[in-house]
Amino acid sequence: MLYDIALAIRQHYDAPAAASRQTLRLLPPTLADRQQVVAAVVNASPPPAERRDRRDFFGNMATDLAFAGAHEEVVYSLAARVRREAGRGALPDSPPAAGLAEDMAAIRSLAPDAPHHFLAASPRLPAEPEFADYARAVLPAGAGAAEAVEAVGLALHRDMAFDAQATEVDTPALEAFRRRRGVCQDFTHAMIACLRALGVPAGYVSGFLRTDPPPGKPRLQGADAMHAWVRAWCGREAGWVEYDPTNACLAGEGHVTVARGRDYSDVAPVRGVLRSAGSQTSRHEVTMTPVGEELP
Amino acid sequence: MLHPTRRQALEQGPGLAGYRPPAGGFDELLDDEGRVRPVWRHFVEGFAGLSEAELKQRTARGEQYLHDAGVFFRRQGAEGAGGRTWPFSPVPLILHEREWRDLAGGLVQRAELLEAVAADLYGENRLVAEGLLPAGPVAANPAWLRPLVGVRPASGRWLHFLAFDVARRPDGRWRVLRDRTDSPAGAGTALETRLATQRVFQELFQDSHVHRLAGFFRAFRNALAGFDRVGGGRVGMLTAGPGGPNYFEHAYLARYLGFMLFEGEDIAVENGVATVRTVAGPRPLGVVWRRLRAGRADPLELDEASGAGVPGLVSAIREGALSAVNALGAGVLEEPALAPFLAKIAEARGGPSPGAPEGWWAAEAEDAPPSTAPVRAEGALRAEPAVLRLFLALTPEGWRAMPGGYARLGGGDGAPARDRGSVADIWVVSDAPVPVDTMAVRPSDAYVRPLPGTLPSRAADNLFWLGRYVERAEAAIRLLRALHLRMAETGARDNPLLASLRDYLRDMPLDPGETVPQGLLSTLDSALVCASRVHDRFSIDGWTALRNLTEAAEEMARTARPGDDTARIMTALLHRLAGLSGLVHENMYRFTGWRFLILGRELERASGMASALAHFADPAAPEGALDLAMEIGDCAMTYQRRYSLGTQRNMVVDLMVFDTMNPRSVLYLLDRMRNLIALLPGAETHGVMSPLARAALRAHAAIAVETPETVDRAALAALEERLDELSDLVSGAYLT
Repeated sequence: MLYDIALAIRQHYDAPAAASRQTLRLLPPTLADRQQVVAAVVNASPPPAERRDRRDFFGNMATDLAFAGAHEEVVYSLAARVRREAGRGALPDSPPAAGLAEDMAAIRSLAPDAPHHFLAASPRLPAEPEFADYARAVLPAGAGAAEAVEAVGLALHRDMAFDAQATEVDTPALEAFRRRRGVCQDFTHAMIACLRALGVPAGYVSGFLRTDPPPGKPRLQGADAMHAWVRAWCGREAGWVEYDPTNACLAGEGHVTVARGRDYSDVAPVRGVLRSAGSQTSRHEVTMTPVGEELP
Repeated sequence: MLHPTRRQALEQGPGLAGYRPPAGGFDELLDDEGRVRPVWRHFVEGFAGLSEAELKQRTARGEQYLHDAGVFFRRQGAEGAGGRTWPFSPVPLILHEREWRDLAGGLVQRAELLEAVAADLYGENRLVAEGLLPAGPVAANPAWLRPLVGVRPASGRWLHFLAFDVARRPDGRWRVLRDRTDSPAGAGTALETRLATQRVFQELFQDSHVHRLAGFFRAFRNALAGFDRVGGGRVGMLTAGPGGPNYFEHAYLARYLGFMLFEGEDIAVENGVATVRTVAGPRPLGVVWRRLRAGRADPLELDEASGAGVPGLVSAIREGALSAVNALGAGVLEEPALAPFLAKIAEARGGPSPGAPEGWWAAEAEDAPPSTAPVRAEGALRAEPAVLRLFLALTPEGWRAMPGGYARLGGGDGAPARDRGSVADIWVVSDAPVPVDTMAVRPSDAYVRPLPGTLPSRAADNLFWLGRYVERAEAAIRLLRALHLRMAETGARDNPLLASLRDYLRDMPLDPGETVPQGLLSTLDSALVCASRVHDRFSIDGWTALRNLTEAAEEMARTARPGDDTARIMTALLHRLAGLSGLVHENMYRFTGWRFLILGRELERASGMASALAHFADPAAPEGALDLAMEIGDCAMTYQRRYSLGTQRNMVVDLMVFDTMNPRSVLYLLDRMRNLIALLPGAETHGVMSPLARAALRAHAAIAVETPETVDRAALAALEERLDELSDLVSGAYLT
């Protein structure tokens, strides 16, 4: 499926911000197995004093910006045309979660895709026993790693309510999990923490969801902002499985990847440091529409 | 020659009395038979010759040195300027240079191996691919910094300065307990401990052939200056600031090495180059010796919660314009899970090299207690487990070991804990005299340029406000003394003058009901905070004087009684302040930093003078107010000598505003400020005065054209406003 994606992130500062630096992770990459970027461009307004585009450790496209003068508002925008192949239709066969260690030991690599990066605690996800307790309770006996992914995803989708007012971008994952409310970031973080506790390497994917569903399908949650879901490593045979706990489904034709990392801190769409006295507000506008498909 | 045996030593007075190492372990001082080891004999003879009283006195001398130098052992989480003095044990740990050379040789091999591992973990990752290192512990280690993977340091090396915690096994062989590779602390402590120990055992140190430390530091300083590609020899130390646990050590080292001490906000990255924000504008910085954990160095790419770092620092390193020492990410080598693999890696790289101590790479976990060494505590020597902190620095000629370091001696059983025990100097002694060395620059040294205008804006800001706070405190003390003198004269009875003075104090704000008001204490505290943030630029004596003054004021606040007692206390505080000013004037280099300090003082003083005159020289002021004004302005004596009549308003105003022979007159102060401002960077460009220089001239002219008759309340208020404006302009031009 071919999509046109448009994103605008508007940040407003109560007091003018001076000398700020930002790193954007907004540009979708081409991924051999599932998505091709036809064209993509990121812009900022006001125009930055410096701009550098690079790839980060995980292979994500990062755009470093520096603003010199004082400004009260800045708008980051993305326009992209991306082709997304259909995803896996079903869960792959996989060894039990407890048996993954052997598979991992055989992988002598610290390459970005190696599972080793995704098992230990990460900046936004310190090890918390609460996740482990929950994960063990929802894990069916004898489940393979991929079944564990689905079981945890389904359980979180059942137990957590989607609530855009309940959490902020900086709310710790555990706090959102305790409240059993939150947005895609909170669902995703909780699921990663649970899977790691079970010994399944798991990471964070940021991206976009198709805004309007195909005819006859329900509109997915999280389509009106940037979305997030989980990727989990299910052994050498099965590889990576992507699961969207906010919508309780495997990531598929409607999920376009922007960045991948261990948790939100690796993929934050806008990460910045600025000298400003006041607070800031941020607003996202997203559309992702199929190209050439008849609109209902 | 008869050497004293353990038993003989016991009989030689306070010397070794009661020194009993535990059985079965290795003791540094005594061998298995209880005999003093040869390398210690000279020291033990000298030590045993000292009487108990003498030892006490000498130890106090060393401790006083540490106290004065501001060595605090701040525990993390401790608040304020508190903390305890460094737990100093005056008895050094003595090693023969032969043994030390073997040990240092082993450390150098270890450093080379660690360098190779760092280069691999941030480069090709062959160690993991070949199964020599497990991937898991590396990937899980937060000190393995992914943004630095694939980034080759501009200097070509990841490691430049290392520390090792080393202990001796019961069989006498050495082993490394910890490699410290991120931003190893303790070099300053080693220096301080050395200087304190030298003060305790002056003569013994002189004739013990102890290797000096200065050559090591000089070599390291020159090596760092040599890495610089953009900064013209400029090396900065990056610290987390006075809130950090090792700030005093950082300030001490910066002063000793002649490096600039920076906090994150001093540095900005522009177009991939790190620049220092100085009072003369941004200046490029080529080398930064990090004194904070790598993760905290850049909130943009590393720990997002770090408030201490420099946003964009990683990008400057990626561009190759900045060398960080050690390279960001070198801390991954501290991962204990990697230690067991070092032996295998060393083997794969060509086997154990000759020169390393036997069993050096042994990986087996050992629970054996470290060797013991003497600690002097409660008037006796006690055998305590010793862990040595040793240092290596990379120079163009290769790794160089500090011939010394310090030993941490545990407070009880087992290895010393971070918050217990004490610290002793390590003497590496030779059989023959060693060259005496100092930090003085040699003709062959790399040139470390002490450039004018490299005063960081933050340091200038702190010096400016230090000047203001000290002067504000002085004014407050004069006012309080005047109040309590008059209370003592008139008894408790109230009168219009006292009421007027109390009103004035309340505006300061100082509560006249308190003998040593909280307002004064907090002004002094603010001065101390400013001083502590320019620890590397403010004289040690000045800092000590200010701290003692603040402590004395706090102490007196508890006991002072109103009237005579408080007046006396205020006089004593004034004398101490005069001492402080003397120290600053005599000892501080007359450079840009000094100008900001004095500018702050003159501005505050002029402002205080204007406000005191507005209040006390007002025609409606009560009787005695003019005398009070002169007392506050410290010119009553001059007045009496010159006029020898009753006090007249216009004469008082003439003396306090216009008389340029009076160093406290407003006009004198304005003239001084005008001259100081003219010497600041950017005061004049192509013959055009800066807005600040113009404002200073205007303020001066506005008063110069007045006469005592025309200087009324309104004119003085206008002057105060101009001074506030001047202060804002100083901040705007240099300090933000």
